[in-house]
Amino acid sequence: MVADTSTQINKPSIGDYLKNNIREYGLLIALVIIMLFFQILTGGVLFKPVNLTNLVLQNSFIVIMALGMLLIIVAGHIDLSVGSIVAFIGGLSAIMLVKWGVHFSIVVPLCLILGGLVGAAQGYWVAYQKIPAFIVTLAGMLVFRGLTYLVLQNRPIGPFPKDFQLLSTGFVPDLFGFLGPISFNTPWIQFQQSLIDTSTWSVMWPDPQLVLVQWTINNVFALVVALVAVALLIYKSIGHRRQNELHGTENEPFGFFVAQMLIISAVAIFFGFQLATYRGLPNVLVVMAVLIALYTFVTTRSTIGRRIYAMGGNVKAAKLSGINTERLTFYTFVNMGVLAALAGMIIAARLNSATPKAGVGFELDVIAACFIGGASASGGVGKITGAVIGAFIMGVMNNGMSIMGLGIDYQQLVKGLVLLAAVFFDVYNKNKG
Amino acid sequence: MDNIILEMRGITKTFPGVKALDNVSFKVREGEIHALVGENGAGKSTLMKVLSGVYPAGTYEGEIYYDGEPRRFSTISDSEHLGIIIIHQELALVPLLSIAENIFLGNEIATKGVIHWPQTFARTQELLKKVGLSEPPATLITDIGVGKQQLVEIAKALSKKVRLLILDEPTASLNENDSDALLKLLMEFRAQGMTSIIISHKLNEIRKVADQITILRDGGTVETLDCQTEDIGEDRIIKGMVGRAMEDRYPPREPKIGETLLEVKNWNVFHQHHRDRQFLHDVNFTVRAGEVVGIAGLMGAGRTETAMSIFGKSWGHKITGDVLMRGKPVDVSTIPRAIDAGLAYVTEDRKQLGLVLINNIKENTTLSNLKAVASNGVIDDRKEVKVASDYRSKLRIRSHSIYQETVNLSGGNQQKVVLSKWLFTNPEVLILDEPTRGIDIGAKYEIYTIINQLAAEGKGILMISSEMPELLGTCDRIYVMNEGRIVAELSKAEASQESIMRAIMRSGEKH
Repeated sequence: MVADTSTQINKPSIGDYLKNNIREYGLLIALVIIMLFFQILTGGVLFKPVNLTNLVLQNSFIVIMALGMLLIIVAGHIDLSVGSIVAFIGGLSAIMLVKWGVHFSIVVPLCLILGGLVGAAQGYWVAYQKIPAFIVTLAGMLVFRGLTYLVLQNRPIGPFPKDFQLLSTGFVPDLFGFLGPISFNTPWIQFQQSLIDTSTWSVMWPDPQLVLVQWTINNVFALVVALVAVALLIYKSIGHRRQNELHGTENEPFGFFVAQMLIISAVAIFFGFQLATYRGLPNVLVVMAVLIALYTFVTTRSTIGRRIYAMGGNVKAAKLSGINTERLTFYTFVNMGVLAALAGMIIAARLNSATPKAGVGFELDVIAACFIGGASASGGVGKITGAVIGAFIMGVMNNGMSIMGLGIDYQQLVKGLVLLAAVFFDVYNKNKG
Repeated sequence: MDNIILEMRGITKTFPGVKALDNVSFKVREGEIHALVGENGAGKSTLMKVLSGVYPAGTYEGEIYYDGEPRRFSTISDSEHLGIIIIHQELALVPLLSIAENIFLGNEIATKGVIHWPQTFARTQELLKKVGLSEPPATLITDIGVGKQQLVEIAKALSKKVRLLILDEPTASLNENDSDALLKLLMEFRAQGMTSIIISHKLNEIRKVADQITILRDGGTVETLDCQTEDIGEDRIIKGMVGRAMEDRYPPREPKIGETLLEVKNWNVFHQHHRDRQFLHDVNFTVRAGEVVGIAGLMGAGRTETAMSIFGKSWGHKITGDVLMRGKPVDVSTIPRAIDAGLAYVTEDRKQLGLVLINNIKENTTLSNLKAVASNGVIDDRKEVKVASDYRSKLRIRSHSIYQETVNLSGGNQQKVVLSKWLFTNPEVLILDEPTRGIDIGAKYEIYTIINQLAAEGKGILMISSEMPELLGTCDRIYVMNEGRIVAELSKAEASQESIMRAIMRSGEKH
């Protein structure tokens, strides 16, 4: 009858660790493989500074909405209306900015509040009237799309004032601008042509050549931010490991830790360098990074986050544990509305016009990002980092296939198969484990 | 003369990392009721899954002889074909289909895919008669009680020409009347020559019906006892199950009873769904510091409903009455308020209502009182780990760490996690609803010990249980409920199985 009740924790072996965390590493590895794949297929266009910047701009709104959607899915619900909210709030912002001439510093917070209200209007039915979220937000999808046509009177509105456009097309000014552009030369291997010619689907020899390439860093600040971010991350992670060791909490194997840090640092510095050689940090990237950090914190460290996971895992047990599940559900939808409103404004600013058709089908990209990122359709499971990587996997595929000149037909087909494969991978792992 | 219908020889079944069955041998005589007992995790259900083909031949070692011939079942239908039918603990009925549809599900009376309804209903009626049910065949499963659902399962087994019926804890969720009816039915079947294997934790029932008892412990066969040649007492069975004599099933306690903590006055509650039906009538009771108070009663007497309606009005409708803590009225209208008032409710259904199974021990432990390990809404990881580790060692929760998901814990350890969660809210009165249901004997003893410790610390315990010996063994005072009323209050000296049953019966006559 005597059993081990000591508090010491067995050190997991590397094999065990990999098995337990295969989902997260697998996802990251998948993203890297997909990126390399398209880098080759597009003949090196994908990693070009212009394109990397575009990739960020094109995906920011999907990432931002995926943060809210992840909470909704973890809570055990779904939101199909976000695409329509994007159009609706985008339209309202256009009317206020363009037709009424209101200053953007008033319009932006106002639109965020309106987005919250839209979320509240749907959250009420889900949380307090217990109507399944699928139905409520399906109705919301139709209602807010209809309202968008109404308020825009079927016509696009634009262009926006310059300052509002900066929300999505602006760049953070170079604090080290006084240094001026810095140029230097290094030898580099350059491919003259793409490996696969997508017009004829023939494989061609990429024909590498050693050339002297001139690099110009236009925006030192972007590179500095990348370096500082990497330094902070390493410092924090080492501190965290120390704490864990002191208190006997589970740590990942040291080799893994080092490898992980090296890869993340390399990617971040490469990314920062590429952005620095173009126009620097897009404003949206900063907004996105802050939001990702905030939501990661909320999901992993806050009581609200913990309660959402508990509620999604077992709503009855959570309620009987004293959690106000109705209010929590309600606020999850309010939060989604605010984030969808932000995305709506970013999209409107990017397109420089609000159209009634904005955001059609976005809900599917956002939901797919969460599921690719490992969220469970039955609730209680999912991570912010997963959803973000999932969003970027979708984004890179969109971007890569567009560059290759593949039509919307192939793009949808491939995206659908990737979603299915990702979820199959989850189910397979679960059954095996 | 003893015709052996089934023999399992040297069965060994391993799961990754665990040997669930180790060289188990098992013999069943034709026409007998054979009980299979053992603590949770001893391997009873695994053995039956090997027998029925849930684990196909080849995934285990050993041989199965049925009717004297070696058999290798690779699917359930292989074993069903020979009349081996298993009824699992969790009933496999579709709630929104009718009795008839359920009985012939997957086995429909049909020609070319078109169901022959008149014949189906007629056959169903015949089968229901055999198991003593008078419900119309078109009744939906959801509209009949668990006891009758169990009988429908048996009728379904009969429809498949059962020769060897296996019942996995058939009476676990039945009240005594339904249990008795079920056991009587098994004895009738025995008289007609059918063989049954029954897995059960309820030793008194086993003594009543079993011809032979096979005891499993830690994946091995301990012994087979023959009830026809000697009288097997419960203590004898327990000794075999736990590997030692269990002198005292209830740890001793010196009650030190103090002031009145909880007082419920004139508690009237209407039914949650049938809103015009009054369910609880003028319920009054008290719980004092250091006291363990029991509520006895049959299933449906209103015990769980009393507890849940007090705990944040989480059951019922049109609730009236007063709840006082230490003599002062308190607000229990929502669960957070009830917790603040010093109440805790450990639910009878720990998987559905007690735990977030996909979360780990640590997360479940702090769920009801997250504020205590957080500041400004941010969880202090170190504090939380410490709290969870403390409870894990204090309550002796067996797990590899506090990071183990609760879904992988045994019933007893799950219950301890639920208890940890509520102890961490530091309640004055704990309401324990069937705290030992489905838990093996060793773990039960540990739960009783925890209850005693809590009482010694001056907390008040209100314990709801359907096992009368448990109430008699642990409580200082017992209320008896029947049909939504408290019908008797018995002191420890007055309380006995007879006096409780008498109180229930007498109150039934009055109405």
